[in-house]
Amino acid sequence: MAGAARYRASSRGLTMLVVKAKKQLGDFTLSGSFTSEGGATALFGPSGAGKTSIINMIAGLLRPDSGRILLDDDVLFDHAAHIDVPVSRRRIGYVFQEGRLFPHLSVRHNLDYGRWMGGYPSDPDAFDHVVELLDIGHLLGRRPGKLSGGERQRVAVGRALLMRPRLLLLDEPLASLDAARKREILPYLERLRDEARVPLIYVSHNAAELRRIATSVVQLEAGTVIARGGIELLDAAQADMLA
Amino acid sequence: MLDLSPQDWTAVALSLRVAAISTVVALPFGIAVAMLLARGSFWGKSVLDAVVHLPLVLPPVVTGYLLLISLGRRAPLGAFLADHFGIVFSFRWTGAAVACGVMAFPLLVRAIRLSIEAIDRRLEDAAATLAASRFWIFATVTLPLALPGIIAGMMLAFARALGEFGATITFVSNIPGETQTISVAIYTLIQVPGGDADALKLVFVSIVICFAALLASEWLARRATARLHGA
Repeated sequence: MAGAARYRASSRGLTMLVVKAKKQLGDFTLSGSFTSEGGATALFGPSGAGKTSIINMIAGLLRPDSGRILLDDDVLFDHAAHIDVPVSRRRIGYVFQEGRLFPHLSVRHNLDYGRWMGGYPSDPDAFDHVVELLDIGHLLGRRPGKLSGGERQRVAVGRALLMRPRLLLLDEPLASLDAARKREILPYLERLRDEARVPLIYVSHNAAELRRIATSVVQLEAGTVIARGGIELLDAAQADMLA
Repeated sequence: MLDLSPQDWTAVALSLRVAAISTVVALPFGIAVAMLLARGSFWGKSVLDAVVHLPLVLPPVVTGYLLLISLGRRAPLGAFLADHFGIVFSFRWTGAAVACGVMAFPLLVRAIRLSIEAIDRRLEDAAATLAASRFWIFATVTLPLALPGIIAGMMLAFARALGEFGATITFVSNIPGETQTISVAIYTLIQVPGGDADALKLVFVSIVICFAALLASEWLARRATARLHGA
């Protein structure tokens, strides 16, 4: 919790995310409705609960059938008003489960990609800060194909951070890693939450992992939000699972 | 052994020029059509696919004749191009390039289309979340990842253009120094008594050129693939 307190102290005003969206995916009805006020919001639930679909809707990769998605005063999606801001203009960072680094670009160019595309001038201080935060300086000249799973995910986090996101989405960023690699990366994610001044939406089905990262929790089951609250929700969920 | 006559050298140089130019000019169209066929969903897609592949299955003479009656000077389109832009294809080396380009087009499109279809589209989604517009996603992700297929397609198109005979001779005839490519020159030589020796030399030259082109494209494609998989 000390981490969460530090996050608030360093945050430049809270970012408010409002999601109220519905989507029919085959027989599956997804109905995401929650708000997030900065910090690290966990989207928690079993596999197939619709967690990834919800953050894909926030990112703009999946178009809801109805509803609204707002980030601060900015309307990202509003079905009734026919607003659907394209993915490339939402400025929402996304760390994918499999990293999705560009295989034909070096690590350095992967990290610079969002800045190029966003048209931002070079900012060596920000670059060095992120490289140091994630400890990826020794990887800059390499290609993604030559990275370990843990290194790949750290670079993916750095790439998303360096596009200056207003919000950072992380989709099970540790799911493809073994236990040792998870332990290796978790401290970086904690630092990210505490130092990077960007609100996080962190998707996972792993309560132990979320307990270290999250400051608030949105619990999903079968496409519906069943609970919202603090990280005590994780204890209850874990107790259920053990019972 | 290779004491080629000046006329034979002219045919070799002309063939290389025609094949290279037809490949390079066809490339942007080939990429555009491959992109449409790989990604587009529109009415008439299978018709476009069939039309693109037509030169592969039609007798080359038919393709050459169709070019003649559409791009010849007395054809409406040919006359229009000649009158308004000064572009003349009939009986010119440019016409040979058009014939080669059309004949090679299906091979070019096929190779590029396959490599575009093999691209992991989730990488393009990732680029979109990093503020890349559709154009920049294409230029910085799709195109570089399709590069091995583009190289292979260009190689096939170049080799096809070098070997093109039927459509070329039908469309632009057999004019030494203008439309007489290697294939046409070989055909001409074996029609005249005592031309066999010269024909054989040209056969040797064309084997060498095609072999070199194959090796070069193999090497380029291997390098491009290695780059993609992190060397």
